Amino acid sequence: MSGNETVLAAPAGLRAWLKADAPGSGWQATCGRAYRGWRAFARNPMGLVGLSIVLLLLFCAAFAPWIATADPTVQDLSLRLQSTSAEHWLGTDRMGRDTFSALIYGSRVTLYIVVLVLVISAPIGLLVGSTAGFLGGWTDKVLMRITDIFFSFPRLVLALAFVASLGPGLNNAIIAIALTAWPAYARVARAETLAVRKSDFIAAVRTQGAGHWRIILRHVMPLSLPSVIVRATLDMAGIILTAAGLGFLGLGAQPPTPEWGAMISVGRENILDQWWVAAVPGMAIFIVSLGFNLLGDGLRDVLDPKMT
Amino acid sequence: MSKPAIASASAVAAPSAEAGAHFLHGVRRLLLAGGGLFFSLAATFFGLLVITFVIGRLMPVDPVLSAVGDRASQATYNQVKEAMGLNLPIWHQFARYAWNVLHGDFGMSTLTARPVMEDLIRVFPATAEMATVAIIIGIVCGIPLGVWAAVYRNSLLDHVMRVVGLIGYSVPIFWLGVMGLLVFYLQLGWVGGPGRLDVYLDGEVPTVTGLILVDAVIAGDWEVFANAFSHIILPATLLGYYSLAYISRMTRSLMLEQLNQEYLITARVKGLSERRVVWRHAFGNIQVALITVCALAFANILEGSVLTETVFAWPGIGRYITTALLSADMNAVLGGTIVVGTVYVGLNLLSDILYLIVDPRAR
Repeated sequence: MSGNETVLAAPAGLRAWLKADAPGSGWQATCGRAYRGWRAFARNPMGLVGLSIVLLLLFCAAFAPWIATADPTVQDLSLRLQSTSAEHWLGTDRMGRDTFSALIYGSRVTLYIVVLVLVISAPIGLLVGSTAGFLGGWTDKVLMRITDIFFSFPRLVLALAFVASLGPGLNNAIIAIALTAWPAYARVARAETLAVRKSDFIAAVRTQGAGHWRIILRHVMPLSLPSVIVRATLDMAGIILTAAGLGFLGLGAQPPTPEWGAMISVGRENILDQWWVAAVPGMAIFIVSLGFNLLGDGLRDVLDPKMT
Repeated sequence: MSKPAIASASAVAAPSAEAGAHFLHGVRRLLLAGGGLFFSLAATFFGLLVITFVIGRLMPVDPVLSAVGDRASQATYNQVKEAMGLNLPIWHQFARYAWNVLHGDFGMSTLTARPVMEDLIRVFPATAEMATVAIIIGIVCGIPLGVWAAVYRNSLLDHVMRVVGLIGYSVPIFWLGVMGLLVFYLQLGWVGGPGRLDVYLDGEVPTVTGLILVDAVIAGDWEVFANAFSHIILPATLLGYYSLAYISRMTRSLMLEQLNQEYLITARVKGLSERRVVWRHAFGNIQVALITVCALAFANILEGSVLTETVFAWPGIGRYITTALLSADMNAVLGGTIVVGTVYVGLNLLSDILYLIVDPRAR
């Protein structure tokens, strides 16, 4: 491994600056740490495959209008259920909508779900977990009991009940999933907090006069973040699958929004003769979930080697 | 020097009393731990009640209005509202709700016009049957594969199992169900289609347990048994695949922990066969942990059955919930959620209790 690195190493410059044993500034130390993390991550080919898949998803979502060959919401019954052709790369569904374009635009919906669930549930989990771990005592007992209660529920069934009550729709599905996703992050954040709460630097901040909330928000929570990110990445596949399940049941994104789970549901009705209409979005869900799983495994190996 | 002497003296003097005290101590610890578990079950169940109550109240539709219709007079409206208990303070409403649920009263289903509890009892065996076949597949295949993957680490089998696991964690089950039906039912005709039986065999055997496979054996009707088996095998295999992925992965990591321990070297030095070392010594030590793993896998199967039942038109609890959902039958949805949630929580508790009984260290 080291022989390999010496061959690859550039004589000086950026690499030397990044690998400096005694970084001259906080910025340099941060860059150096990120660089070493990247090198460790890059040694894992499966992790790189996962990263590529996730980047591809981001690319498709960002440039959907330029990649897609047609408007995925336009219906043309004269073109219904076509096989693959130069015009419709992956054929059309029973409304004559272009499957390839729907797939590309669907990446936006998937990304939207994943990002919003994360934005809602990660801060809740971080806050609950850090507070419980840092304050300890009864606060800890009560908060973790609530966390356990949410944790021991079946996620999909609870999400179903929420959506049933709030009404079907993409945003309600996201809220429902987020409400079932946060307990995992709370547990991780609590474990990380317990590890640092007795540290000298916390005591130092406290002697400077910082209150509980300042310590939790500014000094404890940031340290829990990497573990929560790893956990969240590993959770992404589950979130995508739950969202797709809700879409499949007609409770997630409503037509004409191109959502992969709902596309399978539409394609299912013509499964015998036009199997690809249902097969293609399922493959997309599978590949993206796989990507997040591989990326999560890779990140975990770098940030938390003891778990392998 | 004096301590062991005293200890041995007392042991000689009253061996039975000490053993009795030790036993009582163990029972007390067990009861304490059991009490803690019971408390946690009660708390979780209370949480389930609160959440389902809140969900029921979140509904944007006015339940009174949907019951009386918008032509009803204000007096009728008030009367119905009172009858439904919606004029009471919120904590009172909750107490009423909890009381009803604890007595097995989930209200009436607007879809089937029957008590939800009755419906749930009727559909539950179908889910139980599928989940049981699935967990059998998951355990019977998952555990040996996990053990072998650990023993032959980094072998081809290990890599294959890793891929199997990754696919299991990434593929949407309802899609696999749709594709499975296409290939094995529509194209190859190897398995029965949606539903539990072919229509012409419906009601052929008397219902005893509600599990058609068992009922067919009781009635001695092998045609029904074969038909029911051909229907259950595909959905159960798909569900079983997910638990296989989970169980084998957990078995592998538990086994790897054991295989690095020194007591295995001792066992080998003693001249034990490799088979005995692996299966008797190493595997013997992970059995307790595996109980938990299998209980969790079973709970996950219950959850996965919601989507699988929808795909396979399987008349179980999952399909009951989703059908009720689509017609906004809230009582049925909440009743189903509570039952699935309770079974789920109960399985977690069961695994903890088994753990307590089997592993003295956990006390």
